[in-house]
Amino acid sequence: MKFKHTLAAAAVALTVGTANAADIEVTHWWTSGGEAAAVKVFADSFNAMGGDTWVDGAIAGSGGVARPVIVSRILGGDPMGATQLNHGRQAEELVEAGLMLDLTELAEKEGWRDIVRPSSLLDSCTLDGKIYCVPVNIHSWQWMWTNPGAFEAAGTEAPANWNDFVAAAPKLQEAGIVPLAIGGQPWQINGAFGVLAVALGGTDLWKAVNVDKNAEAAGGAEMAKVWEAFGAARELATGSAVEQWNEATNLVLTGKAGAQIMGDWAQGEFSVAGKSAGTDYDCLPGLGLETVLSTGGDAFYFPVNDDAEVTAAQMKMASMMLSKSVQVDFNLAKGSLPVRGDVDLSAANDCMKKGLAILENPDNILPDGTQVLSPDTVQQIDDLLAEFWATASMSAADAQARYADLIGDAD
Amino acid sequence: MPHNPETTMTEPRGPKPSKSFSRRNIIIYGLLLLAVFYYILPLYVMIVTSLKGMPEIRLGNVFAPPVDITFEPWVKAWGSACTGLACDGLQPGFINSVKILIPSVVISIAIASVNGYALANWRFKGSEVFFTILLFGAFIPYQVMLYPIVILLRELGLFASLGGIVLVHTIFGMPILTLLFRNYFASVPEELFKAARVDGAGFWGIFLKIMLPMSLPIFVVALILQTTGIWNDFLLGVIYAGTKNFPMTVQLNNIVNSTQGVKEYNVNMAATMLTGIVPLVVYFISGKLFVRGIAAGAVKG
Amino acid sequence: MAQSQRPSSLFRNLSAKIAAIPMILTALVIFVGCTVWTVVYSFTKSRMLPKEDFVGLMQYERLWATKRWLVSVENIAIYGICSLILSLVIGFVLAALLDQKIRFENTFRTIFLYPYALSFIVTGLVWQWILNPTFGIQKVVRGWGFEDFTFDWLANTDYVIYAVLIAGLWQGTGLVMALMLAGLRGIDEDIWKASRVDGIPSWKTYLFIVIPMMRPVFVTTLVIIAAGIVKVYDLILAQTSGGPGIASEVPAKYVYDYMFRAGNLGQGFAASTMMLVTVLIILIPWVILEYGGKKNAS
Repeated sequence: MKFKHTLAAAAVALTVGTANAADIEVTHWWTSGGEAAAVKVFADSFNAMGGDTWVDGAIAGSGGVARPVIVSRILGGDPMGATQLNHGRQAEELVEAGLMLDLTELAEKEGWRDIVRPSSLLDSCTLDGKIYCVPVNIHSWQWMWTNPGAFEAAGTEAPANWNDFVAAAPKLQEAGIVPLAIGGQPWQINGAFGVLAVALGGTDLWKAVNVDKNAEAAGGAEMAKVWEAFGAARELATGSAVEQWNEATNLVLTGKAGAQIMGDWAQGEFSVAGKSAGTDYDCLPGLGLETVLSTGGDAFYFPVNDDAEVTAAQMKMASMMLSKSVQVDFNLAKGSLPVRGDVDLSAANDCMKKGLAILENPDNILPDGTQVLSPDTVQQIDDLLAEFWATASMSAADAQARYADLIGDAD
Repeated sequence: MPHNPETTMTEPRGPKPSKSFSRRNIIIYGLLLLAVFYYILPLYVMIVTSLKGMPEIRLGNVFAPPVDITFEPWVKAWGSACTGLACDGLQPGFINSVKILIPSVVISIAIASVNGYALANWRFKGSEVFFTILLFGAFIPYQVMLYPIVILLRELGLFASLGGIVLVHTIFGMPILTLLFRNYFASVPEELFKAARVDGAGFWGIFLKIMLPMSLPIFVVALILQTTGIWNDFLLGVIYAGTKNFPMTVQLNNIVNSTQGVKEYNVNMAATMLTGIVPLVVYFISGKLFVRGIAAGAVKG
Repeated sequence: MAQSQRPSSLFRNLSAKIAAIPMILTALVIFVGCTVWTVVYSFTKSRMLPKEDFVGLMQYERLWATKRWLVSVENIAIYGICSLILSLVIGFVLAALLDQKIRFENTFRTIFLYPYALSFIVTGLVWQWILNPTFGIQKVVRGWGFEDFTFDWLANTDYVIYAVLIAGLWQGTGLVMALMLAGLRGIDEDIWKASRVDGIPSWKTYLFIVIPMMRPVFVTTLVIIAAGIVKVYDLILAQTSGGPGIASEVPAKYVYDYMFRAGNLGQGFAASTMMLVTVLIILIPWVILEYGGKKNAS
């Protein structure tokens, strides 16, 4: 890892060359405005510690492009210093194959078990009692972002929940505003579906389907209601011809669309645009119906490296990511919630505070879809939902039957 | 060069056109202009869009010429478009692409020309079998081989290095190039070859003294095919080259797919064109040689 | 065509074999070795990493029961057949037009050929931009007063694959044109003279005399086009990402997505093996025809 990375040239020049310094290349797929601002917090804090250097290895195009590059590099014997991956089952096999650095010692020294909340985040990093990753944030999917101005312009009231929203939708359409903005990428459609499932079907149903993989529940009457609502959402989203999530957020932000169902990272876009929660935009956790939040998020893994200097730097970086001030600054930029409960979040905006309040009660906490379903199952559901979303002639009942089969086969 | 376009061109093909506005000419030029419209349109859209500012793009249509010409998008695409924290634009990728391109083109053409020569003039037992396998190789989707090649390169210690990506390009370029060279050398008159044998020239002697001097056209074809193919590659570069050698196409993907707020179509288009400039220049310079080379190489079976 | 009496069998030479080592290695290690490896692991339950956990035909059963795979196969069939036919037709017609002793031949040829210099990523992006219903051709034509004009292939699940075809043809037909032009230039002048003397109309000369003579060109062209079709991936990724929904998915993308995004190597390997089998089914008869014929000739 001693190469002079072209991308890092600027960063290297800024750092005072000290002995025993290592360049730590960090790969991630955070390239939107809010995401880049959050990465900068990490990079600056790491570089400010002196000695080692953060070499940014952003790979655009979200996980689908970045993950193969990351995995093939680890397998190909050219591991990066650290890499972002989602929590949960994505890195399971890499850890099993002994390719990831064991962080247990550091975790015990710093007492991660006591400070990381909810504990399920650390569980996702744990295999056979050892800790292999650093959870850096809590992201929850169950949010609807609305632009009150758009509803006002259409002569209706800003909705307080999903049902209000559906009722107000025709007015929006009359005013030439797309009610629901959702990017065309399958993961976004899948995410919105999951949110609807929790909000309309309730937590128990969601768990029966996603955690217990109960095919009967997935094909049952309760779930049928969710599918009907999803079918209705499909119509409300007609006309939002964008691909990426932040483009969809931008439609809401500019009043071209009324609302977007998207995880809390959407908030990063609002804050980069200088909008304030409560006035310029509003947020409805659980679509205003069910106060639950899932606790997925991002985690950093540190591939095993022969170089002792690199290993030391990796440990340093892991520790930095969980430190109090970094947690606050990083999460404010990213629009996510910190993983430690003991930090001062007075700077948090209204929406983040709503989220924090919900997380106070452990009953409100759901695992994230990627933590309970394998990437393989997620991909198959992505494919099904994308097909349904784009095919107006496909009935909710047909899609539900196939969905139940997928859940039944899930491992 | 058995068939020189210049000489064949002196003989008209169809009935001699009597006047320049004959019905025949109107049809021919009409069809050609229609085709020109189809082929030129995207280039026009790219250029026009890359010269507009974002507000103008949002309001106007894709085909409208720019009202306020700005070169800002080009400057940004080249030097300051951001991906994550790095705001270096396409610039670092350009140098990497050149570093990958030159050795890959030279080595792959050197190997494939010798291969083609051996296959055409020195067939040995099994040579056709290997050639057939090689041809099948042209049809195997890269995805099938991505994974095992990662392991292979790791074992060779070449993964994520310049050597590794050059090797991969050499391998994947081999089928079509070998086919071209084999066909070309097979069309060399038998007598030449026999005379050289009688004079005592060996495998390399004949290759260097007789074959090479007469094969400029096919080398030009190979050069063009490889230059465009390697320059435009994304998948192999992103996986095998390693971060420090990421080619320009990877940077292009990064720029096009990182939107910070709204999609900057003008920067994307400028970046797209900048990435395409090298192969385009190669084409504009050697387009004529290309057709001639193809006439000499690909046409003979 | 094959000349009689190659010296090959007479002068068996060590240098030739040494020179062929890179080719032999590539053929055996990469194309055979890696392919066999892939086929073997397609019978396993490998997830993110290859594992020797054999499960018989399970991956194949699942593959052929998957809607997305079926859509992908249908798409590549439509795209493949259309692109093959249209490339040859357009390429040949353009070449024939250029061969009419016209002015500005160089300019025309350069214009038709330049898209081939651009990558599929670039091609996909530009055509996505032009065909996009909200600001592309549809908007422009509506702006001219044709309010009912619709051209939304990119957003239409039934037509999106043809939108990809438009882009694919734009990129690839130039090369076909160049190959065909080269072929036409290789036709002996005497044939044209003879057919004119006999008063045969030029279209008949093309169809019944010239085209049959150009068989080798057509074969080479076919190989180049077909090899490209199987691999269609970048273009889809840049232009449609497989959408809307799964309407423009292709097999190569299925392979990639399941291997890397879904972390299900077994499924990806099974899909790629199916692609390979298809290629073999199409290629083997051709190889037998080509080489069987050659052996007899020499």
